Amino acid sequence: MITFEAVTKRFPDGTLAVEDLDLAIPEGEIVVLVGPSGCGKTTTMRLVNRMAEPTAGRVLLAGTDVRDVPAHELRRGIGYVIQQIGLFPHRSAAQNIATVPELAGWPRDRVRARVDELMALVGLPAETAGRFPHQLSGGQRQRVGVARALAADPPVLLMDEPFGAVDPVVRGQLQDELLRLQQAVHKTIVFVTHDIDEALKLGDRIAVMSAPGRVRQYDTPSAILARPADDFVTEFLGAERGLKRLALIPVSQVKADPGPAVPDGAPRADAVRAAEAAGTDWVVVLGPEQRLLGWVWVADVAERVDGSAAREFWLRVRAEDSLRAALDAMLSTRTGVAVRISGEDRYEGVLTRELLTEEIV
Amino acid sequence: MTAVARRFPDWDWLASHGGEVAAQLSEHVELTALAVAAGFLVAVPLALLARRVPPLRGPLLGFTGVLYTVPALALFVLLLPFVGLSRANPVIGLTIYSLLILLRNTLVGLEGVPAEVRESALAMGHTRRQLLWRVEVPVALPAIVAGVRLATVSTVGLVTITALIGYGGLGQLILRGFNRTNATQLVAGLVLSVALAAVADVALAWAQRRLTPWQESRTA
Amino acid sequence: MSALAQWLSDPASWWGPGGLLARTLEHAGYSLGTTLAAVAVTLPVALWVGHTGRGRLAAVQLANIGRAVPTFGILLGAFVAFGYGLAPVYAALVALAIPPIMVNTVVGVGQVDPEVREAAEGMGMRGWQVLLRVELPLAAPMVMAGVRTAAVQVVATATLAAVVGLGGLGRPIVDGLAQGAAYSPRAQAMVVTGAIAVALLALAAELGLSAVERALTPPGG
Repeated sequence: MITFEAVTKRFPDGTLAVEDLDLAIPEGEIVVLVGPSGCGKTTTMRLVNRMAEPTAGRVLLAGTDVRDVPAHELRRGIGYVIQQIGLFPHRSAAQNIATVPELAGWPRDRVRARVDELMALVGLPAETAGRFPHQLSGGQRQRVGVARALAADPPVLLMDEPFGAVDPVVRGQLQDELLRLQQAVHKTIVFVTHDIDEALKLGDRIAVMSAPGRVRQYDTPSAILARPADDFVTEFLGAERGLKRLALIPVSQVKADPGPAVPDGAPRADAVRAAEAAGTDWVVVLGPEQRLLGWVWVADVAERVDGSAAREFWLRVRAEDSLRAALDAMLSTRTGVAVRISGEDRYEGVLTRELLTEEIV
Repeated sequence: MTAVARRFPDWDWLASHGGEVAAQLSEHVELTALAVAAGFLVAVPLALLARRVPPLRGPLLGFTGVLYTVPALALFVLLLPFVGLSRANPVIGLTIYSLLILLRNTLVGLEGVPAEVRESALAMGHTRRQLLWRVEVPVALPAIVAGVRLATVSTVGLVTITALIGYGGLGQLILRGFNRTNATQLVAGLVLSVALAAVADVALAWAQRRLTPWQESRTA
Repeated sequence: MSALAQWLSDPASWWGPGGLLARTLEHAGYSLGTTLAAVAVTLPVALWVGHTGRGRLAAVQLANIGRAVPTFGILLGAFVAFGYGLAPVYAALVALAIPPIMVNTVVGVGQVDPEVREAAEGMGMRGWQVLLRVELPLAAPMVMAGVRTAAVQVVATATLAAVVGLGGLGRPIVDGLAQGAAYSPRAQAMVVTGAIAVALLALAAELGLSAVERALTPPGG
């Protein structure tokens, strides 16, 4: 979709920002350019919408050299979100969102319908439509910025540290929303950040960059975490690489162990057998239809397993949760396992440390 | 000049000279409006020029700054050889005075458009011209109108000096009141001139709020 | 223009008792005296207002209103009220010089970074020490800008002193106008030289005080 071919960018003052860059960004994916400040990631991104022009090489968008299209026409087909957002202070939220459709000369009612649709899509309440930027919260402003970039339904979205200026809680929300939004819109997104955790969370692919605009490694997040290409990448990934990888792998990736499960009311002998088979001194107690009731020490079982006396598993994981959440569950219970459920407390098995280790090593 | 001082305030004089007062007031308003309008029509293109050709910025501000420094009476007098005592004299002189304030405010306004706003406007596909008229000028409007306010208030005051070259609006009342030691006439001119400046300021402040409802804070 | 040449070549126009040099000195004298007086009157009050923050809005607003008062009317009004003499003219000029000095000082002191002020207090400075050692030096360029504005305005307005019978560079202008500058070349010559002289004097004040202002601006400030 977007292809960099031997691109070099040297600024008039002689600074080399990008050197001989080759990079292919596939359609419909979020590609994160990540690296320390001054590594040329923002310049690389700006080469796509000609906010910067290459000194050598070329940038292709859907097979066409971006310099074959007049800059303002090219840009109307590329959404652009920056950290400072750059909302127009003299235009309301709705008017800001309507900017590109208006420039493109859409009829008035189509613009209005599109604005309503986008406000709903990015989660802006209808009453914010008439507010001016200074009357909006930081998170709302950022949402307006994203909606404005999406307004003319451009196939490509460029985002330059868009969530850098909001507090961590809102940032997390906005990241989640972006992922949800991407499920709906399937844009080709180039996302620039210096935050490796943000990159790992959002990117389908990550390009780890170092100055001057050199890609050290370009791969999926888990592949980069599993096999950093060189010392620079390793250092940039920072500590706790194992944990970061666990955060990327869903529970569904690991086959759950059936675990020492016994039905409510089972005789003591069954519980002892199940615990011995699993090498534990406790058993999971299940109600009808595999409903999870909790767990009991085998030693505490009198004649029969009593579900009403079972201790609860406070943390449970589901297929779509990360292995990191599973590990957290293991560390939070006396049993040392994470119990996996689906639907309403339906027991699916347990995850153990051994299973996790197998997965990541 | 040592004529017998009249009593003050002399309401009879005021009552019998309402027509004169009104005529000078309207002359005052006319001179002010002409000068500020002409100044605006010159200053805004100059500001746009300075934006387009940055090396001109310093010289333009410097030149209008020097003109602004020239004392008002001297400026009117220096125009004599060119336009004599025609009405063009006060209008041109007052226009020259308004130039610096209007030019500086317009430039400051345009330069004060945040870089990220300009940046995102370009990135959304505004052409240079669209950037100027759809983004930069509207965003600079508060500063531009503030300039018009300042220029108007200062022009109202300066108009009075043109009484010395035969115009002056309310300045005529001041000068005649002075020559005839008629305090009532002088004070009438003075008070009305201040009131006119105040009214113009308030009216323009109102216009500013109407024109820029999006503004965060309103400064006086 | 020959009238102008004639006027210019007459030594009396330059060096006589009513000549340009004498008028210029007179004019500079009025301006310097009133500007210094205005600084002396305004600065203590403005510093106190800026330092304590008390009455800041009132001071600024008063000064803004002052700006709308036509200098011409004040000067002539002072004459009608107090009669002929230097004192009314001085009083009027001082009154005109106060607003710019007031606004710039109050705003300049008020704009000093609160952290800097706090740091000074944290080091044990007393209120007046903070004012004199921290706030005043930091606000100095701004104060000076106010003094410059006031001085240039005083130079301009002192021209009008001639209207109420005093000297200065307004003298040749007012006399020339009275002698029919529109049709008499000689009168016009008088008027124009006076105007040029006062314009140059104003410019000199502007440039000289700008230099002082720059010298007071701390490096990097």
